[in-house]
Amino acid sequence: MALREVLIALAYMIASACFVIGLMWLQSPKRARAGNMLSALGMLLAIIATLFVSGIKDYSVIIIGMIIGSALGAVMAYTVKMTAMPQMVGILNGFGGGASALVAAAEFFKYVADPSTLTPDVSVSIMLAMVVGSVTLSGSMIAAGKLQGIVHERPITYPFQNIINLIFFLTIVAAGVFLVASFGHPWVFLYLTVAALVFGVLFTIPIGGADMPVVICFLNALSGVAAAMAGFVIKNNALIIAGSLVGASGIILTQIMCWAMNRPITNVLFGAFGAVTAASSATATATKKTVRPIQPDEAAILLAYAQLVIIVPGYGMAVSQAQHAVRQLADELAKRGVTVKYAIHPVAGRMPGHMNVLLAEANVPYEQLYDMDQINDEFQNADVALIVGANDVVNPAARYDKSSPIYGMPILNADHAKHIIVLKRSMNPGFAGIENELFYNEKTRMLFGDAKESLTKLINEVKNL
Amino acid sequence: MTEALLAALYIFVIAMFLGFAVITKVPPLLHTPLMSGSNAISGITIIGALIVAGRQEGWLQTILGLIAIILAMINVVGGYLVTDRMLQMFKRKPGEK
Repeated sequence: MALREVLIALAYMIASACFVIGLMWLQSPKRARAGNMLSALGMLLAIIATLFVSGIKDYSVIIIGMIIGSALGAVMAYTVKMTAMPQMVGILNGFGGGASALVAAAEFFKYVADPSTLTPDVSVSIMLAMVVGSVTLSGSMIAAGKLQGIVHERPITYPFQNIINLIFFLTIVAAGVFLVASFGHPWVFLYLTVAALVFGVLFTIPIGGADMPVVICFLNALSGVAAAMAGFVIKNNALIIAGSLVGASGIILTQIMCWAMNRPITNVLFGAFGAVTAASSATATATKKTVRPIQPDEAAILLAYAQLVIIVPGYGMAVSQAQHAVRQLADELAKRGVTVKYAIHPVAGRMPGHMNVLLAEANVPYEQLYDMDQINDEFQNADVALIVGANDVVNPAARYDKSSPIYGMPILNADHAKHIIVLKRSMNPGFAGIENELFYNEKTRMLFGDAKESLTKLINEVKNL
Repeated sequence: MTEALLAALYIFVIAMFLGFAVITKVPPLLHTPLMSGSNAISGITIIGALIVAGRQEGWLQTILGLIAIILAMINVVGGYLVTDRMLQMFKRKPGEK
């Protein structure tokens, strides 16, 4: 091994260490930013080292590609709204997967031209990287489209969906096995690619918007696996290590999300959740129950004379961009001596940690943000639980109603508070189409209207008290 | 082939376990930056893209490599910058820099 190769290999090793340390520092918000920078430095080192790889003869294409990619990436990163972060992460997942697939494709054609150095492990890795990368690419685009509202958010279903998808998947496996057994056949490889792309679409369209946190995590894992597989193709340990780290991260987050909904991953991915329940809720609404509306002035009195107010944000807060108004209200209440805390359910919003980022954007100190386990016992001491655009995560039916689709899901104990004020646009059931008992609770008052407008009214009323 | 493959598989499995150990300790507070940050790390595939695009083995490979570089760089640059943008917002006290 020449000295140059040794140095390049060492650079990759240092880069890998930077990734690991960077992730370790993400364990506390104090060092997280430094950790991210360290990780970025590791990436820079890996890129610079790669430019010295002896096989590279032409730099023009590389420079063009890097300038275009960096510019697009920077523009996206600086212009994206915090509320659109799930889509952004989805798109980035997809691009990562797509890049790994393209690397595998280029390697495929290299070996088609000259199969003399081809070994079976490389051909297996090429097929895996190609399939996983392509599924990640198209699946992520559909997921991002759903989150952005371009693709219909409700599950898209058709008869025998899972069976058709399974058969389709088996043809992909068959094509892959065939290509490994008999290398070459660009047309079969093209089928493999197109079929994997179509499969990514078929796989994602039956999954509803509220399940997107799981899907985004799952695609995150896949993008890592695709990178690791590309690492096996080009025999590069940095790719294998970095890809495995991301794969592990995605798998853990997927698992946490599934636990938080008390549903097995198979149910989320193949259950078309939200399609069936939408129909069954129609009968539920027919039963007569009364809700108790409240006016902003009265709600303001409840809030202003409370000792402890717990705010429960949900996806509705993101939709109406109400995070800044939430913080202003909290500030007004704090001025009057009210203690304000935030209760964050793991699946509130459309991706893990979504609510935390929005509230951080609105300058809410992170010490006021509590996880479900930390705060659930405190609701009984709270004078008011203020629900801002959350729905299923505070539905008491999850505790005992076995017929409810969300039965068994751990929820925030908002109903234990002395008063509950729900900010809601109308009485239409939420995304999953499940009737929420909390709204009919005797202690619950409904403040109808756009969350942001209602909050602005509340802020003014509290100021005038 | 077998020896190199086995070594690579070792690395793959150990790195997975390392990932599990490190990432279970990341608090839910930071799960979104964790996703975007780990996302940027998966852009490591840029290494493969650079090699493929630069080795001049036919126009098809070069074009595939070019697109791969663009996608991977969006992933890397976009991922790290957006993570940094998020992380600088997390403050302990109001107004803290």
